[in-house]
Amino acid sequence: MTETRIDRRFAALKAEGRPALVTFMTAGDPDPATTLALLKALPGAGADVIELGMPFSDPMADGPAIQAAGLRALKGGQTLVKTLDLVREFRQFDDATPIVLMGYYNPIYSHGSEAFVAEAKAAGVDGLIIVDLPPEADDELCIPALEAGLNFIRLATPTTDDKRLPAVLENTSGFVYYVSINGITGSAAPDASRVAESVARIKRHTHLPVAVGFGVRTAEQAAAIGANADGVVVGSAIVSAIAASLDSEGRATAATIPAVLALVSELSGGVRASRKSVAA
Amino acid sequence: MTVAVEPNSFKTGPDERGYFGIYGGRFVAETLMPLILELQQAYDDAKADPAFKAELQALSTYYAGRPSKLYFAEGLTNHLGGARIFFKREDLNHTGSHKINNCLGQILLAKRMGKTRIIAETGAGQHGVASATVSARFGLPCVVYMGATDVERQAPNVFRMKLLGATVNPVTAGNGTLKDAMNEALRDWVSNVEDTYYLIGTAAGPHPYPEMVRDFQSVIGIEARAQMLEQEGRLPDMIIAAVGGGSNAIGLFHPFLDDKDVEIVGVEAGGHGIAVENGHAASMTGGRPGVLHGNRTYLLQDADGQILEGHSVSAGLDYPGVGPEHSWLRDTGRVQYVPIVDQEAIDAFQVCTRVEGIIPALESAHAIAQAIRVAPSMAKDKIIVINLSGRGDKDVHTVGKLLGMDI
Ligand SMILES: Cc1ncc(COP(=O)(O)O)c(C=O)c1O
Repeated sequence: MTETRIDRRFAALKAEGRPALVTFMTAGDPDPATTLALLKALPGAGADVIELGMPFSDPMADGPAIQAAGLRALKGGQTLVKTLDLVREFRQFDDATPIVLMGYYNPIYSHGSEAFVAEAKAAGVDGLIIVDLPPEADDELCIPALEAGLNFIRLATPTTDDKRLPAVLENTSGFVYYVSINGITGSAAPDASRVAESVARIKRHTHLPVAVGFGVRTAEQAAAIGANADGVVVGSAIVSAIAASLDSEGRATAATIPAVLALVSELSGGVRASRKSVAA
Repeated sequence: MTVAVEPNSFKTGPDERGYFGIYGGRFVAETLMPLILELQQAYDDAKADPAFKAELQALSTYYAGRPSKLYFAEGLTNHLGGARIFFKREDLNHTGSHKINNCLGQILLAKRMGKTRIIAETGAGQHGVASATVSARFGLPCVVYMGATDVERQAPNVFRMKLLGATVNPVTAGNGTLKDAMNEALRDWVSNVEDTYYLIGTAAGPHPYPEMVRDFQSVIGIEARAQMLEQEGRLPDMIIAAVGGGSNAIGLFHPFLDDKDVEIVGVEAGGHGIAVENGHAASMTGGRPGVLHGNRTYLLQDADGQILEGHSVSAGLDYPGVGPEHSWLRDTGRVQYVPIVDQEAIDAFQVCTRVEGIIPALESAHAIAQAIRVAPSMAKDKIIVINLSGRGDKDVHTVGKLLGMDI
């Protein structure tokens, strides 16, 4: 497989000696124009990799914050096709920041896997994280995605033991997303030392970068987790910042974009300080 | 979608990956994958263990009251004036529906696996009650997720669950019905993987649930087949069951699948009518294949693949999916699936009550309505078996409201 923006970004950060800040938001929350404006501004605020959620009516692995974001987006008429449109528009402005689409399988299955991976690649998507497609279902989307030149990023969890890890890692590319807790998005923060052990365990099985997510909300947590991981993923905190900035009818306000960018700048400070704090 | 080649037997599924044709599978988050594999191993071990079978058998007999009777519904037969109608009386089981069959099997499995906490989803509340019941019997704490809308329309069952010591968590996400309750139960399971057993109430979900629930419910069809042979000396001409997630239906159907002369009919909830978008819960008549709750199956969904809530007057049929084996049986043509609208079900509910002195569950009333449609034009020597999956005490409030009575 040829090198993707994800591979290049992680390689560059490794040379820089710091972990990546991976930010998550839901496409179309609360409207496509706000998402596009955020996409354009996030790299400047310190986001190294952008995960863009594809809203789904039944987000079984998500907590209340991301569930609500998905509902806001769907209420605003967001669809799979419109999410790809957003990426296409973003690519006219930024050809370096990796975009990973994250979501559930049914909207893709409904669209057709082959057509989807082709359209996603053409739009400028770099990778996919599909929560409800375990390695047992690789022929559904993972293999077509890899063939189209997209990274397929798999989740590894505390329940993924050493016996199972090789199967989980086999067709994974780009990076490995370590879900730091057994739980849904937005759950309590993980204990940094346990996360470090788990990352070390995964690294015994792969050369891929390992990003850690679920439960990271603050710059301090990002720094602590980032000390031993190649990336730190922040989702619910960002989505909650969007929610808190909306007016009573759920529309974006003048405060929406600044609120998100302020949080991302802070988190970015966290990941940039992470290796220093270990050395100190 | 129709499969060209007819299999030699319709009873061989699922394959080792959990598929019935293209349906089924294990579409779950990685956190749950090891648990599902563990569950499959435990179930395979239990199946091979005579002690497990014996314990389940004893509980079924002395606790649940099996075998349930196959009753000649003479009142309804005379009322319709055509085929002879029999009821498989699952309404007479302990807790009032077929749901107990599955709950007994799964609670014994949970115990074998050393799990100490039970979670369940429920629509009509019948599965919630059955789960709370077996949890009480085996001294395990039980948390039931139930859509807020259903909590309201099935109030008597909510109270029963609480009396049985269960915690009922109303789910406000979505429309507050069964699919939302199932999402929330899955979220609980992901968050409590060590000690928790997820007791799914219908023949859906990731493999091995559809197979396991079918096996535990197949006692319905095994008994009905033997009873029919004993009481009438022959097999029925037609068997009918209501299909929500599909557990009572697959339980009745499965033992008859290779009896080529037995016509098999599954009744979906037609709600306000199939033509009304999002106004029914007939996933196989009005939906298309998709992936939800761990399996590929027929689903109610919009053009973008977002799941629709659907509607049925019956809380137990108000589910946008259906067990994967039914999807496969539909495509192969072995089983015919038809919709019955709310009004027909309510009419059937009243007819059955008046001419049989049996108040059926609104779910079962859908199956009765189908018999009311077809029996009059069938010859008098034909036999129809209806799965009377549950009793209707839980529904008198709903029906009373619809009939303008204040109860
Ligand atoms: C009496 C009764 N029949 C049928 C059903 C539908 O479920 P299933 O299709 O799994 O049998 C329910 C569900 O709650 C029920 O309570």
